[in-house]
Amino acid sequence: MRKVVAVFVVLSMLLAVAPAFSQDMVELRIRWYDDGNEGEVLRDLLDRFEADNPDISVEIDTVPYRAILENLPLDLAAGEGPDMARVTDLGGLAEYYLDMTPYLSDPGYWEDNFGPFLNWKRLPGDDSSIPGFMTQLTITGPFINRTLFEQAGIEVPSDMSDQVTWDEWAAASVAVAEALEIPYPMAMDRSGHRFAGPAISSGAMYFDDMGHPTVMDEGFRDMAERFVNWHLDGTMHPEMWPLSEGYAGANEEFANAELVFYMSGSWQVGQFSEQIGDAFDWQTVPNPCGPGGCTGMPGGAALVGIGATEHPEEVARVMEYLASQDVLGEFAARTLFIPAHAGLSATGVDFDTDLQLAKDSLGVFVGQVGTLEQTAFDLQAYAFNRALFDATRDRLTQAMVGELTLDEAIDRIQDDVDTALAEQG
Amino acid sequence: MRALGILDELARPLILLPVAVVDRILTPIQKHVGIDKMGYFFVLPNLLIFGIFVLFPMLLNFYYAMTGGTKLFPQDRPFVGLENFATLFDCDDFLSPNSCQEDLFWRGISNTIQFVVFQVSGIVLFSLVTALVLNRKIVARGFFRSVFFYPVLLSPVVVALIWKWVLQHEGVLNAIVEIFGGESKRWLLDTNWAMFWVVFVSVWALMGFYTLILLAGLQSIPPELYEASSIDGANHWQDFRFVTMPLLMPTMFVVLVLSLIRAVQMFDHIFVLTGGGPGTRTQLMVQYIYTTGFSNQIQLFGLSAAASMVLGISLLVLTLLQLRLGNQSSLA
Repeated sequence: MRKVVAVFVVLSMLLAVAPAFSQDMVELRIRWYDDGNEGEVLRDLLDRFEADNPDISVEIDTVPYRAILENLPLDLAAGEGPDMARVTDLGGLAEYYLDMTPYLSDPGYWEDNFGPFLNWKRLPGDDSSIPGFMTQLTITGPFINRTLFEQAGIEVPSDMSDQVTWDEWAAASVAVAEALEIPYPMAMDRSGHRFAGPAISSGAMYFDDMGHPTVMDEGFRDMAERFVNWHLDGTMHPEMWPLSEGYAGANEEFANAELVFYMSGSWQVGQFSEQIGDAFDWQTVPNPCGPGGCTGMPGGAALVGIGATEHPEEVARVMEYLASQDVLGEFAARTLFIPAHAGLSATGVDFDTDLQLAKDSLGVFVGQVGTLEQTAFDLQAYAFNRALFDATRDRLTQAMVGELTLDEAIDRIQDDVDTALAEQG
Repeated sequence: MRALGILDELARPLILLPVAVVDRILTPIQKHVGIDKMGYFFVLPNLLIFGIFVLFPMLLNFYYAMTGGTKLFPQDRPFVGLENFATLFDCDDFLSPNSCQEDLFWRGISNTIQFVVFQVSGIVLFSLVTALVLNRKIVARGFFRSVFFYPVLLSPVVVALIWKWVLQHEGVLNAIVEIFGGESKRWLLDTNWAMFWVVFVSVWALMGFYTLILLAGLQSIPPELYEASSIDGANHWQDFRFVTMPLLMPTMFVVLVLSLIRAVQMFDHIFVLTGGGPGTRTQLMVQYIYTTGFSNQIQLFGLSAAASMVLGISLLVLTLLQLRLGNQSSLA
């Protein structure tokens, strides 16, 4: 009995002092979502960091993308967010970011390498904070299934011209679909951001002279009309926009060779490399052209520090490691993401894939950076762009099913944005 | 026996301990306030939970409905009085949502009314018929009772996904239609069919629960009454009309009230099945509240709270009306 009591006492003492031993260990949490294998790569990189920094442990909480858009803002507003998060609403959440400048060993490195993209994560009037870095730069643009064009005996329009219009792509895609009885000639991600590139190419200005967001111009209307009509005549995937709530993609249809032309973006390259591989020839083509240019939209995701963290120094240490040129270069190479880092842009990234289709696709996207219109950059940098994108997505959908006329839909987009901005103050 | 005796000895202190603790607390209280008021102390824990998790959020929602801006915490939000309600009710013609400032709110109301009317009618009718059939001595009665109840056990997301696969263009339904020489159709994309299918799917998913309630009601009717009516020469219809229905009416009202509340609150099945589409054809009020308050980049909590108050008050009025009608019919 005495032995049992002795063991019990010793165990109790050990349990009592255990927290004292672990007090030096700081646990940080990252709220993360995955498009492809990036979560896996991040974990691997962090394992190495933890081995060299035994005082910091980093947990990755992987959540659905919708949770990043809808739940994270509420958590941050309630002061209960993680220490770091991967976000795409870069400017919209800027008030919650941690300015890491005082904790960074070399803030100049961040300005030099991430400079053009830091503004996307800053509040209006702020030109100095360093809240985080882009995990990838994305460019929106179309993918085509080249094999289907070959099987249908129809020339790929971009093989014949550097400047193919949206109408020419639509006609070619419909011809391929009809020849091979493919269900969907074209599809576009259900997203106002994806629509913005084609709209700007059609001449949409998105901002008035005072810098206030507007959709009341001929360029926007022109593309909106074309887009709605394509849904009505079956050129566009007829169900994706009308029968979804929030974001929806046509990845499955494209991977299953049920879709000829898919307007999406560079983040799909990694996923298509894994899902499709070389089962058929998929290819990125330059953004179609209109009177306003041949532009897609820039964008991307950023890993940011959260201001409410209790461990800003440790957050900065993790960020410095992940943002260092070697580590970020490896991240980009293994995830097939385009890095938003000046040093890596200069040296280039040797993407970790044997698939020539993926390398070619990334090459086209990188080449598109130079063709992006200034309006596209301005729109991406605008903090409340999602209000504009969401209203565009939802109201154009109503026009597609006949609940609103096109003009009513455009008026409603403008009203929705004006109301939201008025509430935002 | 010996083993049971040991177990009994071990269990006794475990049972007696809480009794002793409660006794220690309540006996002095009873001595102090008297036995008449002890009832309040017994319901206090339940009232506390109700207060914290139901009453307080309702009051908070009421306050949010009177505030504007996009801040989360009440103290940061400017008081705007009834402005959010004025926005919701700013309408030239309530029957034409496009003439309203918050057109999506009125579309939500219009869709919710249609959905509730058809879904509740469907639930009551099909649950009643099913319960009547399952109450008879049919072959494999236990099996069929399980079959009808099984969808209730499924997660709404699973139910909606199953039916999405059935109804999609390359789905099971179109395959069957084509076998019989018909033309395949985009069932959920057609604005006329979409509402039919969300009603159908929700009735399919939920009727098992209400069938079970009605079955219990049917089994509580004394068989002697049917024997007596049979002696009086009543046929099956007269049995149903003059014996079953009057005695089943209280249970029917329970089913009506519960299914009505559930129908007005419907979100999950429809959100996964159609996303509220095509366009906003199947978007109900609850989805409007969710989208306005949580899904948009600039989250309008005040407007969302005001809309949820309108929903809550409508539900309260409907339920009171039903209860009043129920009481009148039972008195008659």
